[in-house]
Formats: sequence, structure tokens, C-alpha cells
Amino acid sequence: MAKVIVVTSGKGGVGKTTSSAAIGSGLAMTGAKTVIIDFDIGLRNLDLIMGCERRVVYDFINVINGEANLQQALVKDKRIHDLYILPASQTRNKDALTKEGVEKVINTLKADGFEYIICDSPAGIEQGAMMALYFADEAIVTTNPEVSSVRDSDRITGMLSSKSYRSEQQLDPVKVHLLVTRYCPERVQREEMLSIEDINDLLGIELLGVIPESKDVLSASNLGEPIILNQDSDAGKAYQDAVDRLQGIERDLRFVTYEKKSFLSRIFGG
Amino acid sequence: MGLLGYFRSDKPQKSSAKSAKDRLQIIVAHEHKNAMCPAYLPEMQKEIVEVIRKFMKISNNDVKCEFSDNADDDMSVLEVNITLPKNK
Repeated sequence: MAKVIVVTSGKGGVGKTTSSAAIGSGLAMTGAKTVIIDFDIGLRNLDLIMGCERRVVYDFINVINGEANLQQALVKDKRIHDLYILPASQTRNKDALTKEGVEKVINTLKADGFEYIICDSPAGIEQGAMMALYFADEAIVTTNPEVSSVRDSDRITGMLSSKSYRSEQQLDPVKVHLLVTRYCPERVQREEMLSIEDINDLLGIELLGVIPESKDVLSASNLGEPIILNQDSDAGKAYQDAVDRLQGIERDLRFVTYEKKSFLSRIFGG
Repeated sequence: MGLLGYFRSDKPQKSSAKSAKDRLQIIVAHEHKNAMCPAYLPEMQKEIVEVIRKFMKISNNDVKCEFSDNADDDMSVLEVNITLPKNK
């Protein structure tokens, strides 16, 4: 059974595209045919994060308008066999996304044997974001440990339970997961940052993963490589844990506690 | 800042994370309450005012409609509070 998973947040710049790229790649690496759709019409970004920007010919809107077929628009990843990208259009405005159009594309992808359809939502709560979440079976709400991000995540969680296809048809509700990104255990310990427990208390969503703040995320985007491919990086490992949990494999939380380096290890770099 | 300040700077008076959580708890609870309100509430409030105005002199602010939905109960409560001018 194909699963439609939206990666959303409300607030911008919290790591939706980074997370979509990492989680989509991780799922495809298990051998499941996966597509990541960029819903950020007008501001294409996913292709850059995935490093396939030079191979984009047709886009999502071309497919909706019947100017290209799905096979022409899908960009196949060069590193991961079962991974495809459906890029956003840079020229149209977001009203080009219609419910019927999106539904048609998702149904065609399902018929083509895709097992995971990852919808990378734009920021905000306008047409693009609403279309990205409308057909979702599951949602990954990406949140930074910061007040405006937490509030927006709460808003978007409300919309998942009232404005999605599943809610309108009174089916089982969208399964919502929380992904905390840019977490800094050291600052949490100094009580300068909301902790995982705080965010859990406030949002009451099941925790999928905690991605620590890491320099490697910027390096990965510079290179156009999903961060999950860097398994030397804490952030890459944390995304791998999240992908495992998404498939029902239990994983202990890592990188959430700060261990103060001892004087000696600081000197010797231990 | 002298030597004393150096030691002090290590211990902020109140943690900012605590303030963040407190503020969020209030705003999130408030927004949930608003989100639960049916969309027709303002319009209904307006119509109630119109009806009463046929008989008495009241202003828009004299009618207050509040909707509450207790998670523990299996019922919702609509509270309509009308402040009337003193009967002379």
C-alpha cells in the first residue's frame, strides 16, 4: 500500500526540505520505490538540496496541465536506485496547484508502484501548503525548539485534523509525527532552549526523531547530497533513526543529552 | 565587568526556556479554544442582538456568546450572556 507523507511545519526555514530529502532518501535506500514532490511552486529548492538541479526539464505543474507526462518530469536520483524527484515549477504561481491536479498525479504515482510519496510542503498556510497536506496519510511536523516554530506547528497540526482529505471524508485521521530539528542539548541543559519534554508537553504529538544542530547539514546542502548519506555525521545518524522509526523499528533517542567534556579530553581532543 | 561579574554571568537569573514554555502554554491553549468555536458564532451573536434590539435598547457589546468544549464530557456548552439595561 502506497503511503503519502507530508513534511510540513507552518514556519519557514526549519528544515522541511532538508528533512524531506533525508527521509525520502532513507526510505528509498530500504528498496522501497520513493518519490519526493516539491510543492513550493515558484521557489523550487528540493532539486538543489538533492543535487539534481541541472537535470530538471519538466515540472509538477507541467504534469498537472498535461504539458508533459509523469515519466518525463520525474528526475531519477543517480545515487539511490529507487528514488525519484518531482520538481516544482519556478514560473507559475501557486494557484496552479489544484486539488484535482494533485490528486491525479498522486494516483498516477500510486499506479506506477511508488510505495512512498513524500510531499515537501512550502512554508505558510496558503494554497501550496494546503495542497501538500490534503492527501496525506501521515505527516511529519518539523519543529525547531523555538517559540514561533512551536506555535506554527500547533496550527498546522490543527489543519491536518480539519482540512485534510482524511478529515473531510471522516476516515482514520492523518497520523502525525513530530520531528525536532536543530536541537542543541548543551543549550537545553543551560535552560536557554526548549527541551524535547517541553515541546512534547506543548504539542502532544508522537516523537519521530530529534536532529541535533550540526554543521554537516550546511555542508551537505552545499554539495547537493542528502544529509542521511553522511553516516559519520550525528545529524545523518539521527535522520536514519527517524527513518527506521517511521517503518516501525524501535530506536533509542540519541544526541539529546549534553556531556560536558572533561578538562583532559578538551586538551587532548578525546 | 570585574571578577565578580565573570562568576555571575554563568548563572542567569531566570531561564529563558522556562519563559518560552510558559508563554507558549498560554497562547496554545488560547488558540485551541478559538479553533473549537463554530464558525457561525459571530453571526449568531449579531442576530441575537438584532432580535433583542426590537424590544430593548442594547448595544453589540451587551451580548456575549461563549462556546466551550470539555474533553472529559461528551457535550459542548454554548453560553449566551446578555446584559440588559435596568428596567425602569
